[in-house]
Amino acid sequence: MKRSMTAAASGFVALGLMASTAFAGDVRIMWYSDGVEGEVIADLLSRFSAENPEINVILDNVAYKVVQEQLQIQLEAGEGPDIARVTNIKTLAPHWLDLTPYLSDAAYWETNFGGYADWMREDGSSAINGFMTQLTLTGGFANATLFEQAGVALPGAGATWDDWVAAAAAVQASQSTTAAFAIDRSGHRISGPNVSYGANYIGADGKPAPVDAGTKAFAEKLVAWTSEGKMLKDTWVSASGSTYRPAADDFINAAIPFYYSGSWQIANLSTKIGDGFDWVATGSPCGTAGCSGLGGGAALVAVKYTKNPEDVAKVMEFLASEAVVKEFSERTLFLPAHAGVVAAGGMSWATDDPNVEAALNTFIEAAGQVEPNAAALPAWKWGSVYYGALVNRISQVMAGEMTLDEAYVKIDADIAEQVAAAN
Amino acid sequence: MNSFKHQAGAVITAPLGWLAGLIDPPLRVWQRWTGQGGMAAFFLLPNMAIFGVFVLLPLVINIIYSMTSGAALFLSDRDYVGGAQYARLLDCGNYGDPGTCAEDQFWTAVQNTGLFVILQVTLLIIIATITALILNRELRARSFWRAVFFFPVLLSPVVVGLIWRWILQRDGVLNAAMLGMGLDPINWLIERNWAFAAAVGVTIWAHMGFYALILLAGLQAIPKDLYEAAEMDGTRPGRVFWRITLPLLMPNLLVVIVLSLIRAVQVFDEAFVLTGGGPGTATLFLTQYIYEVGFASLLKNLGLASAASILMGGVLVLLTLLQLALGKRNEQKGKLK
Amino acid sequence: MTRISGFLFRRRGGPGSFGGWHWTDIVTFGWLAAGVILMFGPALWLVLSSFKSPAGLAEFPPTLLPYETRTAVVEGYDKPLPLFVVTDEAGTRTLAEVRRVGTVAQMVDPANPGEVQKINIQTRTPDRRVGFQWSNYTEPFLAFDFFLYLRNSIFVTFMATVITLLTNSMAAFALSKYEFRGRNAVMLVVLATLMIPLSVILVPLYSIISTVGLLNSLWGVILPTVATPTGVFLLRQYMLTIPDELLEAARMDHASEWQIYWRIVLPLTAPALAVLGIFSVVWRWNDFLWPLIVLSRREVYTLQVGLNTYAGELNVQWHFILAMTVITMIPVVIVFLFLQKFITTGIAGSGLK
Repeated sequence: MKRSMTAAASGFVALGLMASTAFAGDVRIMWYSDGVEGEVIADLLSRFSAENPEINVILDNVAYKVVQEQLQIQLEAGEGPDIARVTNIKTLAPHWLDLTPYLSDAAYWETNFGGYADWMREDGSSAINGFMTQLTLTGGFANATLFEQAGVALPGAGATWDDWVAAAAAVQASQSTTAAFAIDRSGHRISGPNVSYGANYIGADGKPAPVDAGTKAFAEKLVAWTSEGKMLKDTWVSASGSTYRPAADDFINAAIPFYYSGSWQIANLSTKIGDGFDWVATGSPCGTAGCSGLGGGAALVAVKYTKNPEDVAKVMEFLASEAVVKEFSERTLFLPAHAGVVAAGGMSWATDDPNVEAALNTFIEAAGQVEPNAAALPAWKWGSVYYGALVNRISQVMAGEMTLDEAYVKIDADIAEQVAAAN
Repeated sequence: MNSFKHQAGAVITAPLGWLAGLIDPPLRVWQRWTGQGGMAAFFLLPNMAIFGVFVLLPLVINIIYSMTSGAALFLSDRDYVGGAQYARLLDCGNYGDPGTCAEDQFWTAVQNTGLFVILQVTLLIIIATITALILNRELRARSFWRAVFFFPVLLSPVVVGLIWRWILQRDGVLNAAMLGMGLDPINWLIERNWAFAAAVGVTIWAHMGFYALILLAGLQAIPKDLYEAAEMDGTRPGRVFWRITLPLLMPNLLVVIVLSLIRAVQVFDEAFVLTGGGPGTATLFLTQYIYEVGFASLLKNLGLASAASILMGGVLVLLTLLQLALGKRNEQKGKLK
Repeated sequence: MTRISGFLFRRRGGPGSFGGWHWTDIVTFGWLAAGVILMFGPALWLVLSSFKSPAGLAEFPPTLLPYETRTAVVEGYDKPLPLFVVTDEAGTRTLAEVRRVGTVAQMVDPANPGEVQKINIQTRTPDRRVGFQWSNYTEPFLAFDFFLYLRNSIFVTFMATVITLLTNSMAAFALSKYEFRGRNAVMLVVLATLMIPLSVILVPLYSIISTVGLLNSLWGVILPTVATPTGVFLLRQYMLTIPDELLEAARMDHASEWQIYWRIVLPLTAPALAVLGIFSVVWRWNDFLWPLIVLSRREVYTLQVGLNTYAGELNVQWHFILAMTVITMIPVVIVFLFLQKFITTGIAGSGLK
């Protein structure tokens, strides 16, 4: 009697276990960090796990290189994580999962993330693939203390690139800094200014257009400024191809009074500069056609090949909820992409540094200055190709290896080859 | 101490010996059936199987890739184009001037790699030989000095590139020291010639110790009585070197030269971390070109990269055949002795 | 002291030398001195830099030793205030800084906190003393599973070395002691692997590993790396020096080929095996690119892969990466120090004469 009871009991337990394992799943998230995002997301996920013990969330912190170079191969092989934090969202759009059937409230996503949904889904699709973990906007930073020491006034709103470079050059002369300004080595970074001078990368048919007068105008300025010693030569000349090189350390060292980068630098600058000097965000200087920066950011997307779409949707819904987005943004000092959070305002940024709040507000205001030609770029699938070709060849001009005219020819040829290969 | 080592060794090898004993009977059977040839095949099998699957198969697939085009990653989705990728690579108005080539950066990389190989191998051999000669002298604490020169070989290439980049960058230690001595700092990694020199120097730094030790072993095999005879005759050290040391060291020296040549053609890790191919494309070497075009760049072209890697492989085949031929001659010499 | 100077200044002497110094002595002395500075210097720099704060790393001119700004607890202020040395017309003194507004710093004398002085920032320098930021080492350990990664690295290194020694010695035995058709072809094939840098066959290799099902497995990291051509050649050279008569004698005693390999050849090859073992440990421990490709799940990371998680898209956290780099360097250095003698005797004995 006892034996059969134990047998029955263990049978039930086994059934119970099987039943629970049938619903429980692993949700694997591939995450990279520039700063503290890894710790913040781990903390947020631990709350989710406490509320949802049957879902096993595994956070894999990887180097950005893995996401950029290996994720695509994994996806093409039908492998990969269940959720990934990715910057190359448009190019890889065919691999993302449409969450709509698994979400409890699809309309919430449409309202709050709809504005950026095209950035991560294929043209013409209305799928919900994920959401932006942050919005980034390119823009300038200035070392206010250096300007003050040099007795040069910070150019105000509406100041052009020439104004800014002239002012920074005056600071360079007075304070003997290494250069007047620097821009990160990236085609993405100069695209906002290109558009400010009237450039339009997107041809009438949606394919890349040849390099136009706007791009040429800014490229000429860049090369001239480099040869005059105003733009820090090191950043663009120090690598070849489309390798990314930031100029943040030079700004932090007070080697340059003006630095054109983007809103993601705010946390980094705050940590490393500390109390060293006062710094401000300046928005994007103006060109002949506008004062535009370029938007971007990393998205958290669900992968099509997941074995657990329902659990994935639950995790995504938690992370996309208004309170979680707000807390994530406040702790990582990132601009939120959630319409509700932005509208509600009242962010209490997790920092003592007064420079941070001012800088973030400047970027939020500057978001309104983005020109249409630039706003279309994150959702355009040839964006990264254009950026890569630009930085590759313009840096060669700066290194003295070819002339600008030769570079324009090569840029068009490089892009055309990529377009041809994709057919 | 020795007996402890022996006992420890015995403890470790005892279970292994027992395992080996277990395998023996089936192998005897195999040996009876297939003879010596079969046993040779057995011994070769594990190594060759791994080579085959993980090295040769990708190489073959790589060759197939080099004859395709398209943006898809896996072969089934790509288009066959025959030799078009090779044609594109070799399409040049004037082979001496990369600017006239369809793939200008490929030819820049070829020229850079060629110059690098010539410079680096020459200097490496000279420095390694001098180091080996010095280490061969009657020094106290010889193992300490050997360790000094061999130490960088142990570091991973990424670490090597990082350390030297920190030292040579515009705001690095070297410039700080120069400022301290009243000299003008040089932007080592941004001036074209200095950046190239840095790539050569850093790779020599990282590998010299390995070759110096091989040469040292060769030097130590030269019979001492030859030197004693020379000293009794009052021969100058220079003459001793040219007439006695160098000829007897030659077999080792040739092996070291070819090995370092093969490695120099493939230069990548340290140089990439150090200069990233810059300034401009002054230190862009062939392997980096292939890696970027095939993998890392925003402008990927897998077929082109595969074709370039096959071409590079062709050059290396020539170098390795050279080494085989030299090795054979070496063996003959050894056998005659 | 005399022993050290004897060690340092031991020289050739003899006729024709100047006061006991032959020119070869001078060259030797100079070369060895340069060697120590050039070879150890950069590594020492790495270790010292790994203790600096992010701000310290970004500094120019860089300081040799890591520094921390001294702080003092001043009455009336909650947090400790940083100390600066101020030099102006009123003399030199040490003040604590309350805040800085533009180019003017508000500072107080810690002994007399009531009075706030306004000091121009260009007249002050931080009051620093040598301080090691140990948190560079401890924080990553707390943040990631250091011991898990260490275990994985040790597993990979150990298994790879064992398999390498076994398979390479078997192949070397076949190539050195057996005559068979196609022997040269096999040697060529082995050499072919030297020609192919990994970065070139990444994509095909990835798809093969994926097909075989070894993705995200430590064995996927181990297996492709064990058939080293250098190892096969090193061992083959050494085995060539083993006299064939030994093997013949054993065969006449009815020993099987396996027994000959196991009982005779392998023990005699021990020095070369030790060399290969050391090299294998160093190579596998430092392997970076291949594990990075195969492993994207946290539970199976090796140390080198884990180390790299601090390289983000837009910012790299150098202070952590440097500290982790030093840590991964330590085992390799230890192995080398203890087994140094084998390397040279092994290379010498490998018949590269």
